[in-house]
Amino acid sequence: MNGIHDMGGMQDMGPIQYEKGEPVFHAPWESRVFAMMLATGAWRKWNLDAFRHTREVLPPADYLRVSYYEQWFSGLLELLVSRGLVTAAEIASGTPAPDAARATPPLTADKIPAALANRIRANRDIQVSPRFQAGQRVRARNINPVGHTRLPRYARGKLGDIHRDHGVFVFPDTNAHFLGEKPQHVYSVRFAARELWGEQAPQKDSVYLDMWDDYLDPA
Amino acid sequence: MTTTRRDFLTAAAATAGAAMTPDLNHAHQHEHEHQAVPSDPALRVKALESLLVEKGLVERAALDALVDAYEHKIGPRNGARVVARAWADPAYKTRLLADANDAIAEFGYVSRQGDRMVVLENTPRVHNLIVCTLCSCYPWPVLGLPPVWYKSAPYRSRVVIDPRGVLREFGLELAENVEVRVWDSTAELRYLVLPERPAGTERLSEEELAALVTRDAMVGVAKVVLPSAERQP
Repeated sequence: MNGIHDMGGMQDMGPIQYEKGEPVFHAPWESRVFAMMLATGAWRKWNLDAFRHTREVLPPADYLRVSYYEQWFSGLLELLVSRGLVTAAEIASGTPAPDAARATPPLTADKIPAALANRIRANRDIQVSPRFQAGQRVRARNINPVGHTRLPRYARGKLGDIHRDHGVFVFPDTNAHFLGEKPQHVYSVRFAARELWGEQAPQKDSVYLDMWDDYLDPA
Repeated sequence: MTTTRRDFLTAAAATAGAAMTPDLNHAHQHEHEHQAVPSDPALRVKALESLLVEKGLVERAALDALVDAYEHKIGPRNGARVVARAWADPAYKTRLLADANDAIAEFGYVSRQGDRMVVLENTPRVHNLIVCTLCSCYPWPVLGLPPVWYKSAPYRSRVVIDPRGVLREFGLELAENVEVRVWDSTAELRYLVLPERPAGTERLSEEELAALVTRDAMVGVAKVVLPSAERQP
């Protein structure tokens, strides 16, 4: 989706807002949203790509205006209801439906160290043939899907070189919409800054992006 | 930010009582509906937590432990220990650059099969820095949760098109002959910058070295400097 979240290359967003000695969370509610997102994620009713997409579909003006954890909270509520863990009526009333059975939480405090050491779980240990080899010249596809994608606008249609093959990972464009994992190779692809931004960019500088097989064509 | 956010929240409270109500006033509806952002987060978050605990969907002790982990246990000190060992032990550095997961797993910060890590070495000729232009991907196991500036529009938008300008804003001026490599975390690889070891640290222990390493240097928006050098104008 060509949304506001895909902001690489935009200008005039203002100076970097650096906070010295910044706390991990700026209010207790932020920490609770964070923890609830991780703990409910353990139900495996959604995935990281689906969560990212909930933030991308915020109205653009709101995306820029609200805080990061407000984005998370909105995404958490959306997923809890759309994936059937909680009903909208329960959120509105703040109490479980009278007939709701009490569940057993999958993530308990004792399991947390192990869970945090292996949190993302997007790589797949399966044999899939790579379409590209290191050193190969590629062109990023010019695609403009209305759903989730991890191919930023600024790289579409641009020429790059395969730097390395990272192995097989789930494909976010389908995974975010629960249309299957479609596992495929992810490559680190080097794009010269001049290819992306034109002749005013320094000659030796570059941007590396991680790209799935389905984002690339041979060039 | 506070004034505008308050205005927004007032407006949001007026439009919808629940987050699941799509914002129908929004001008351009797509096949997916835009979400509304909840108003009054502190109260609503508290209400949601009670609901989730009561339904047995989350354990409150697990929430407390998650918050405690990222507030007190998992943070840039983890990454600093990795960097210090790489500086102190050339064999470790070789392992770290070849397979970051295996090498970082030696500290227990990730499992060998856990979050896929890649370490990028800064040298006098090459300067690496990391970003996630699309959201906020960041190497949690070694740096903890990202600071607000890393997740915000100014950094995410500009660092890919003008990294040298962004670095200048952080107070780091790179020579023209240094090659700048920006790593946009578009997939599930997580990057950590191995900064240059500053001169004059030959006699320092691994622990003393770790104390010099900053979060910003491991993102690539700063260099590691000795405290005495920092004081110079």
